[in-house]
Amino acid sequence: MPGQVHNPGGLQKDLMATVIVTGLLVWLMPMLISTYTLTVLIIYGMLGLSLGLIWGFGGILCFGQAAFFGLGAYSYAIAAINFGESTLPMILAVLVPALVAALLGALMFYGRLTDVYLGVITLVVTLILFKFVNSTAGPQYVIGKARLGGFNGIPGFQTLNVPGRPEAYIWGDAYFYVCAVLLALVFVLVTALLRSSFGRVAVGIRENETRMSLMGYDVRARKTILFAIGAAIAGLAGALFANWGEIVTPSLFSLGQSAEIIIWCIVGGLGTRLGPILGAAGLAYLKFLLGQQSLVDNTLITGLILVLFVLFLPRGIVPAVSDLWQSRIGRGRRSRRPQTRRGAISRERFNG
Amino acid sequence: MDLSFVILVEMLYAVSSLILISAGLAVVFGMMKVINLAHGEFMMMGGYATITAVNLGVNIFVAMLVIAPITVGLIGLIVERLVIRHLYGRLVDTMLATWGLSLFFIGLATMIFGNTTTGISTPIPGFAIGNFQINGYNFFIIVVSALLLVGMLAVLKSTRAGLIARGAMQRPDMAAALGYSPNRIYMATFFCGSALSGLAGAVLAPLVGLVPTSGGAYIAKAFITVIAGGPSLIAGLFSSAGLFGVVSQVFTFAISPVIGEVALLVAAVILLRLLPQGITGKFFKGKL
Repeated sequence: MPGQVHNPGGLQKDLMATVIVTGLLVWLMPMLISTYTLTVLIIYGMLGLSLGLIWGFGGILCFGQAAFFGLGAYSYAIAAINFGESTLPMILAVLVPALVAALLGALMFYGRLTDVYLGVITLVVTLILFKFVNSTAGPQYVIGKARLGGFNGIPGFQTLNVPGRPEAYIWGDAYFYVCAVLLALVFVLVTALLRSSFGRVAVGIRENETRMSLMGYDVRARKTILFAIGAAIAGLAGALFANWGEIVTPSLFSLGQSAEIIIWCIVGGLGTRLGPILGAAGLAYLKFLLGQQSLVDNTLITGLILVLFVLFLPRGIVPAVSDLWQSRIGRGRRSRRPQTRRGAISRERFNG
Repeated sequence: MDLSFVILVEMLYAVSSLILISAGLAVVFGMMKVINLAHGEFMMMGGYATITAVNLGVNIFVAMLVIAPITVGLIGLIVERLVIRHLYGRLVDTMLATWGLSLFFIGLATMIFGNTTTGISTPIPGFAIGNFQINGYNFFIIVVSALLLVGMLAVLKSTRAGLIARGAMQRPDMAAALGYSPNRIYMATFFCGSALSGLAGAVLAPLVGLVPTSGGAYIAKAFITVIAGGPSLIAGLFSSAGLFGVVSQVFTFAISPVIGEVALLVAAVILLRLLPQGITGKFFKGKL
């Protein structure tokens, strides 16, 4: 909940905590799970965080976060084939989705579209991209030296290398460390953003848009910028995913992918920074484990989890656990934020 | 001359199939403000119900027009009792829960029917007009969706059940005060909506190869058509299906089917940007 990021002067404490926790996890986790699997969990965590930021703190429910993920991956792949070096493509993979999101966001927010209509437009844009990329199998669809490849995707592009040295690839364990550090970096940046006045105004807009605009804040511009920041993070995750998988396919844009991101956020906990990351990594790992058996269909379980969470734990795991923690340990601190009011806030938000 | 007739039929067909695809969702959304994202899977189950019944030796028209709607309606009833009734008034939550249901049903269908394409042949043969071959089944779909619209209008406008449903839709508290339980009205409405989805899936089943993920192809179009239609149930459905059907067919004939689909989606984005409340938020206000 917003309260976590409100106490002033705590940024350094947060920074320390992030560094220590990241260090511990990077050291301990490879003993349990292979670094190859961990890398993709980290990437999904970053993707989850991108939607967690704009939905949980900005109140923008985007049904098409996968579009920005896919755009990041495709921008990287196309640019990497053309340049043969990975530094500029990585930057492009962040900038292109952010730019697209800024345009799309301006179209939506300056048109004062809200909840369901926002959902439709983001869903439709994802579908357009999916259909378009799927139909680009012919040789006439070429950007520079890169063929778009339609349904088959783009394989064989230059993967991540040490900046300036195209022959020094970063792969395996080294790539895992790069991803972990990038996620920690993004997490710290998101924390700093939420602590800034921009972040607090964004939370204010989520709670009551009219009130914030009456106070003189330009709600439309702020939502557009937040949307673009979320897309930039998703684009970075996409580029990392492209490097991990060494191929990009149209399924990155698919509705199923968008659904999964939303499920991660719901299960992990909206309005928290950790929730979407943990939800993403946890559910992706669960999917990985379930994929190794054939008794029960994977999709069935994903669906069941989503339904059960919406019905019984609509605020997600992280808020529920932190509530439990506070009611057990920190009884004195709870009086600061009465329980009923928080319930009312989250209900309000769900009603849009 | 022949070509223009063929194009006309194709356009009518595109509009009618959009109406058919969206009708179930429109009833549930228009009456209860519930977005059922499992709508596509309800259609998919309608298709499977038809194919299973036909394989068991039932006449195909009975299977399509009777068995499939009832089966899917009953599934919808169970879903409403177990999940959706707890979420009334929470638009985003219902969307998410029904999205979960849609994944659940895809998984279930994969486990039961396997991840392979099944299908039945169309019961009506095609015929030639001049140099062009026309699928006779297209006329059946046009007729079914026309009857559907007229039927929905008749039920809502001139029966007591329709009156009660419309009343509960406008002011559930007043309907409750007059002795009609909104809870039961919503239940019945959801049954009807699901049955319509099942009917649509069944009628379209002979035209497509059915796989458990077939629903995904419908849901986006249905969702777009219903939202763009706006608050009026039938007028909205008719106007937005008409607009999108014509736009997509014009681009299909002029350029290619893929561009036709993309044109439909682009039209939806532009339309919602210009009329954020949907077509009937601005025109035909207060009509059904």
